[in-house]
Amino acid sequence: MAFAGRRDAPEPPDFGILKRLARDQLVYLLEQLPGKKDLFIEADLMSPLDRIANVSILKQHDVDKLYKVETRPAPGASDQFCFLVRPRVRTMRFIADVTCDEWSFYLLPLDEDIISMELPEFFRDYFLEGDHRWINPVARALQLLNSLYGPFGKAYGIGRCAKMSHELWRDLEEESEGEGQGRKPEIGHVFLMDRDVDYVTALCSQVVYEGLVDDTFRIKCGSVDFGPDVTSSDRSIKVLLNAQDKVFSQIRNEHFSSVFGFLSQKSRNLQAQYDRRRGMDIKQMKDFVSQELKGLKQEHRLLSLHIGACESIMKKKTKQDFQETIKAEHSLLEGFDIRESTSFIEEHIDRQVSPIESLRLMCLLSITENGLIPKDYRSLKTQYLQSYGPEHLLTFHNLKRIGLLTEQAAGETLTAVESKVSKLVTDRAAGKITDAFNSLARKSNFRAISKKLGLIPRVEGEYDLKMPRDMAYVFGGAYVPLSCKIIEQVLERRGWQGLEEVVRLLNGNEFSVSDSTVEDNPAWESQRVILTVFLGGCTFSEIAALRFLGKERGCKFIFLTTAITNSARMMEAMIEARA
Amino acid sequence: MNRARADEEEYWHSSKFRAFTFDDEDDELSQLKESKRAVNSLRDIVDDDDDDLERVSWSGEPVGSISWSIKETASGSTSSLEGRDSSLQKGSSSYAALPKQVSSYSLSSLFKGRNKLPSFQSLSDALTDTGVKNYAPELRRPKAEYKDYSSDWSPKDTVRRMQRGKVCSLERFRSLQDKLVLLDEAVAGHDGNVITAVLIFLKRTLRREILFRELEVRQVALCHLIHFLRETGEQKLLLDLLRFLDRTEEVALSQYREHLNIQDVEKRREFLKGCIGLPFSAEDTSHIQDHYTLLERQIIIEANDRHLEMAGQSELFRKYPRKASILNMPLVTTLFYSCFYHYTEAEGTFSSPTNLKKTFKIPDKQYVLTALAARAKLRAWDDVDALLTTKNWLGYTKKKAPIGFHRVVEMLQRNNAPVQVLQEYVRLVEDVETRLNLATKYKCHDVVIETYRDLKDRIQLTAYKSKVERGSAEEEKINSILNNMQIRWKN
Repeated sequence: MAFAGRRDAPEPPDFGILKRLARDQLVYLLEQLPGKKDLFIEADLMSPLDRIANVSILKQHDVDKLYKVETRPAPGASDQFCFLVRPRVRTMRFIADVTCDEWSFYLLPLDEDIISMELPEFFRDYFLEGDHRWINPVARALQLLNSLYGPFGKAYGIGRCAKMSHELWRDLEEESEGEGQGRKPEIGHVFLMDRDVDYVTALCSQVVYEGLVDDTFRIKCGSVDFGPDVTSSDRSIKVLLNAQDKVFSQIRNEHFSSVFGFLSQKSRNLQAQYDRRRGMDIKQMKDFVSQELKGLKQEHRLLSLHIGACESIMKKKTKQDFQETIKAEHSLLEGFDIRESTSFIEEHIDRQVSPIESLRLMCLLSITENGLIPKDYRSLKTQYLQSYGPEHLLTFHNLKRIGLLTEQAAGETLTAVESKVSKLVTDRAAGKITDAFNSLARKSNFRAISKKLGLIPRVEGEYDLKMPRDMAYVFGGAYVPLSCKIIEQVLERRGWQGLEEVVRLLNGNEFSVSDSTVEDNPAWESQRVILTVFLGGCTFSEIAALRFLGKERGCKFIFLTTAITNSARMMEAMIEARA
Repeated sequence: MNRARADEEEYWHSSKFRAFTFDDEDDELSQLKESKRAVNSLRDIVDDDDDDLERVSWSGEPVGSISWSIKETASGSTSSLEGRDSSLQKGSSSYAALPKQVSSYSLSSLFKGRNKLPSFQSLSDALTDTGVKNYAPELRRPKAEYKDYSSDWSPKDTVRRMQRGKVCSLERFRSLQDKLVLLDEAVAGHDGNVITAVLIFLKRTLRREILFRELEVRQVALCHLIHFLRETGEQKLLLDLLRFLDRTEEVALSQYREHLNIQDVEKRREFLKGCIGLPFSAEDTSHIQDHYTLLERQIIIEANDRHLEMAGQSELFRKYPRKASILNMPLVTTLFYSCFYHYTEAEGTFSSPTNLKKTFKIPDKQYVLTALAARAKLRAWDDVDALLTTKNWLGYTKKKAPIGFHRVVEMLQRNNAPVQVLQEYVRLVEDVETRLNLATKYKCHDVVIETYRDLKDRIQLTAYKSKVERGSAEEEKINSILNNMQIRWKN
């Protein structure tokens, strides 16, 4: 990949075709069942489905009524039922006796550069439970993208799951006839990364606009519900947030502080545009109404929504002592004043500010410090259980297993179990077990990695958030997201050479594979288009950081993620709920 | 990495992060408010018709979307899509009158000017579009081809076929050796669903001890079985497996987890009692014990208070009816409740705050914090004062708070404390800047005046005169300070 010299980033490939493929497959499946039928849809498939089809399409294919999977059909309904569900043990048992067809709907393009698999449970299933059930869908997604936009000439990756997904994908490719050979690709590189390579970034409070909107209102399937406090009316509005939104697309990647200025500039311009009406004659007025008014109205609507959203975010964040929280976060990232941050977290818990936020801060403390010292661990845990409920004992257990919230020196007990088990089995198997235990006990080594990669910028004077100098701007200039820094470094070096120490600290599992059968023409734009695959979720802050990097280096990043995530979603995934 | 304190101070006070804060609501919001005014002033011109806006229902879902339709079905407002759609249509054309192929009816017609998806007619159109010819052939195959009754696939091929969604019979793997090879192949194939499918087969055809023993050295497969048993709720087998593996703590936690599914409080309490003896770590055992004791207390308190409330004799309950039951609430919430409704009770009763504090060894800091919140909510300012007052051995009193006084002020202010009460604590805020901000914000004139005097800031003090009422005691106070010749002003 040519990083040298500033060039304009290439345009992203057209991902609309993914939607059309999914829709046509669905139609095909519906046609397999001629006649009137009722359609049962699993709750979390509803929003993705909405993005690719609509009621009239379903109706054109004889769908009579629509139900959520939990609800029972009304008496006298159609005598054919069609279920759209994910292959989960729970739902399959509910549906019981049916014939199954597979609808290969893996990829939902959320935006011109974001494709989501809409699998939020990937995170818990793989990283907590160690279940490999979603690796096949990932490999098939890669296969599909490779066949439509590839062939990818080079694949990089880091993490166990990345490695397995890559292997399975190569395996699938080998079987296919290799029809992509000799075709000119639209995407040249692919980079796979496990979420557990970098938990720190995902745990940070987001301060770029899109991230803040996600943290505050939860963006779901590319759209958000703005409530009455945003719309200044008595109803909520569902808004699609993507590049088509002319206001949003200009502020989504900005640090929140730059957004206000932009919005006020925009509203002044808008006002000026409207003011031009004064002094127009009839003819001019007619032109104005027919040519410009519609656009202005649209802009007006978007502006007032985003201004309302900003206002609501400001109100909420001020109430939550956001400034102090960010200050504590920054000291954790930099590694000073740990005592003070620990007391801050303690007070946060004691005041019952928010169960999810308290957990997040504890995890951030643990990951940046390679575990809590036992005294702190016990005391914070006790206070947490007292403030938020004793059943969170289970949450703590989960967080310990996944490695997000650990106690220092826990390594000793693991070694004991390990050696005990090792005695029972052969050497080869013992190796595997040690491996498995290592994954449980893996240390984050954040401090050392941060130093090696220079994640904490040391800048003289003020960090100008309006004119960012590096990816750290997405965290107010305080921290360069680790995940994005790794991607930058590997692409720059065309591999892992020179990063050996970092790789060791990240617990290995890195790879870099060139497909020798693919023509490697440096003149092709595809050489500057990189598909980044986040296994276990990616945040809007990371997306903003890489979009920034892409602009700087004249390349285009495409995001394929198992789901859009943020700290709250990750924490919620660790909480045990009623069965 | 230890930096000198001075360094840190300087760091945080450097301009790096001060350009923008989420604290200065007024400053930052003023710009926003201005924009909002500008935009709102245009509303009259703009809102004459809503034609180009997408149509949304009251719940915010775009009308005609699938999510919206499902909500409609659930609420039973219309019986089928047909009826609903015709009611949607502008004009009188009904669904039947519409030609089926045309998507004039689609969402994009509702989202005028927004959704420019080309309307796609058929599969073949899509396939000829961008050279995707080779992708979808799998789809067109008749279903029967997925099934496969040939029985001589090797373990590796069997796994491969399963990975590609084909049905394979596993029955021919009879010997333990064959089954284990199959399992290892499944693991090597990285497909969790295949691993689980093989495990279901093994679970059905192997003796437990053998299955457990073999899984002990196959961690990946073991994780899959444990996860599967959890999901299907096969608790007994799961516990047997965990016991076999000597994972006693997980045994305990898995059993404890079941309490979440018990609705009835009495049954839940009994169940928790049984959990106390489970093999938790020493630390967790005491948490479980506390959980049990807490619920036991809550049941007693709930019964008493419900009775009290219904009898209508207690003024407190009449004035502040309970919003929810105290059952299953966290300890801190229970303490708050008890400080709210049972503050003055003697230590002997289960519902008294002191009793709770003692039983659960609640730290002083947590106790004072919670009691403060509860008493402030009741606007019992004397209690608040007492909580914040400590006496030393000489009998001198001193104000002391477990958290910064700026937080105390916030808490009191939220409960509409009068200025006289507020100002006493604003005065105690250590950081001068914060103190001035709070005092100005909440109009604690005395504190502002005294702080400027102490800062010897004549300009600010003079300026503040405009903020107080003319002829008031405050104005007089400012004047007398300004006229005091002994103060050496810094400006």
